[in-house]
Amino acid sequence: MTAPLVNATRFRAAHQEAWARLEAIVTRIEKRSVRVLDEDDLLALPVLYRTTLSSLSVVRETSLDRALQAYLEQLCTRAYFQIYGAPGNTWRQIAQFFTRGWPRAVASLWRETLVAALLGVLGTALGYWLVSHDPAWFFSIIPSEMAEGRDPSASAQSLREVLYNGDETDPLATFAAYLFTHNAQVALFAFALGFAFAVPTALLLVYNGLTLGALVAVYAQKGLATELAGWLIIHGSTELFAITLAGAAGFRIGLAVAFPGRQNRLDSAVIAGRTGGTAMAGVVLMLLVAGLLEGIGRQTVQVDWQRYAVGLAVFTGWLVYYYLPRGRDAVV
Amino acid sequence: MRWSRRRKAPVSLRRQFVTPEGVDLRLNLAGAGERATAFLIDALIMLLLLIAVSVFFAMVVTTNTGQSNTALVIIWLLGFFVLRNGWFILFELSGRGATPGKRLLGLRVVARDGSRLTGGAVLVRNAMREIELFLPLSFLVADASQSRLDAIIYILAFSWVALFLFFPLFNRDRLRIGDLLAGTWVVHTVRGELADDLVGVVTTRQRRTFSDAALALYGIYELQTLEDVLRRGTDEAVVVVAASIRTKAGLADDGDDYGFLSDYYAALCARLERNALHGRRRENKFTQT
Repeated sequence: MTAPLVNATRFRAAHQEAWARLEAIVTRIEKRSVRVLDEDDLLALPVLYRTTLSSLSVVRETSLDRALQAYLEQLCTRAYFQIYGAPGNTWRQIAQFFTRGWPRAVASLWRETLVAALLGVLGTALGYWLVSHDPAWFFSIIPSEMAEGRDPSASAQSLREVLYNGDETDPLATFAAYLFTHNAQVALFAFALGFAFAVPTALLLVYNGLTLGALVAVYAQKGLATELAGWLIIHGSTELFAITLAGAAGFRIGLAVAFPGRQNRLDSAVIAGRTGGTAMAGVVLMLLVAGLLEGIGRQTVQVDWQRYAVGLAVFTGWLVYYYLPRGRDAVV
Repeated sequence: MRWSRRRKAPVSLRRQFVTPEGVDLRLNLAGAGERATAFLIDALIMLLLLIAVSVFFAMVVTTNTGQSNTALVIIWLLGFFVLRNGWFILFELSGRGATPGKRLLGLRVVARDGSRLTGGAVLVRNAMREIELFLPLSFLVADASQSRLDAIIYILAFSWVALFLFFPLFNRDRLRIGDLLAGTWVVHTVRGELADDLVGVVTTRQRRTFSDAALALYGIYELQTLEDVLRRGTDEAVVVVAASIRTKAGLADDGDDYGFLSDYYAALCARLERNALHGRRRENKFTQT
């Protein structure tokens, strides 16, 4: 009687060549890139991958050779990563984010955006109404260290100075400080707190509106409303829009967690998270733009109507970018 | 104490991972420690790059102007922002799906559902890192530099960062919030050579044959342990294992331990495989078929 043959031996003899070739191809891709393959190898790759994958299934069922199983597992995994793992051309992916991913994510949040904007406007109106009826409200809305002297007791002169003091401050320093200011924090918290069923996000948006309304009321009482609006709008149109979008993204996730519908809660959060996260990547970029506008734009543009023009032009730009219907091109 | 004696099964990081072809690849997830190490390596490289650029700027560009301070601040702010986001996103979008730190530790990012890793997913998982870590930290730095030290802000920011930082420890798949939302996870990449076939090595000699009773002693678990001993075991282990099998099977010592073990392995493997194909799979020596 000859030596007993186990399945692994037969199987190795039949398929080892294909495995070795796949391993050679995968190793070459790992070292360089898929572009180094010639046409033969490129055509062979998917076939070899599936051959090896089926070898793995067979070995798991019929063979007890653990080393063989381990080898096929790692080979299949490596080949899988090369075939399915890579997201395609890097630069095209990034271009896709700017041309489709970002605007589409934002556009798909339009309902939440409307609600968030409404809450902000509501807060602003409330803040304005409260402070113009009783200036004492101002101090309970805005903490004194944030007001920096811009409170109802300040003179019109000192208030005006804040609006046009571009020559004194360094634009770069302003930009630097900007990135960490209150509003960037508000945007982030509005998004992140969405996880808590969206309630804190709504409160934050209203509160942010309150502070804005209170500030406007102080300036309006001194007859500086249009000047303040110019000072705010140049970067505020971008910044407040960003905050609103961050709140909208937070709402989307909060609602997905609270009301997952037919899906399980985690899957529902993941689907909402893809949209929300993409929109947030955009919001971070918007905050950068707002920072540049505040640091450099506001210091160089000192005339009111020019400030209005820049602010509104940028805002229109965002609207067109996000909401203008675009051709239904290839599936994402 | 009572609670200290409660046994916990070791946390397995091996996960089912079904390819579009329907085969389970059984990936090994990266542990939290490895993830942290990879991140620290990345952060260190970026820090060194940034320092190099600032030193260059300080030496060459701003030697005779008073602008050096603000210019440096800008380099750090904008440069660090662009660098860290570009770094993670571009490297993870490339074919390797890993930053240099991850590659060094043999890790890569994969879509959890087995489908292709999309650019959107990479973007989301890295945009969330910005929110989890860098922005709260930069608030802290900014507050400190403006000497507006507010204890409450510190505590808030720290607990925020801590919450997100340790989030991977509180779920079994070691997911960051970014991974959770992007539908990705980080797995080990394994490489290995095909080991020799223990049975197919055709011997010039006659293989030993064994009685049914001698082969009925063990199951698959013991077989694969024997495989390990044959492939990687020390001489000592071979001697000990051979002796114990001989004793159990009641066979005489013929002086060739390794030959005996490999013959026994071949015979046992053939028998167990044949039985398994007949539907009598025997997992270990305690199960009877």
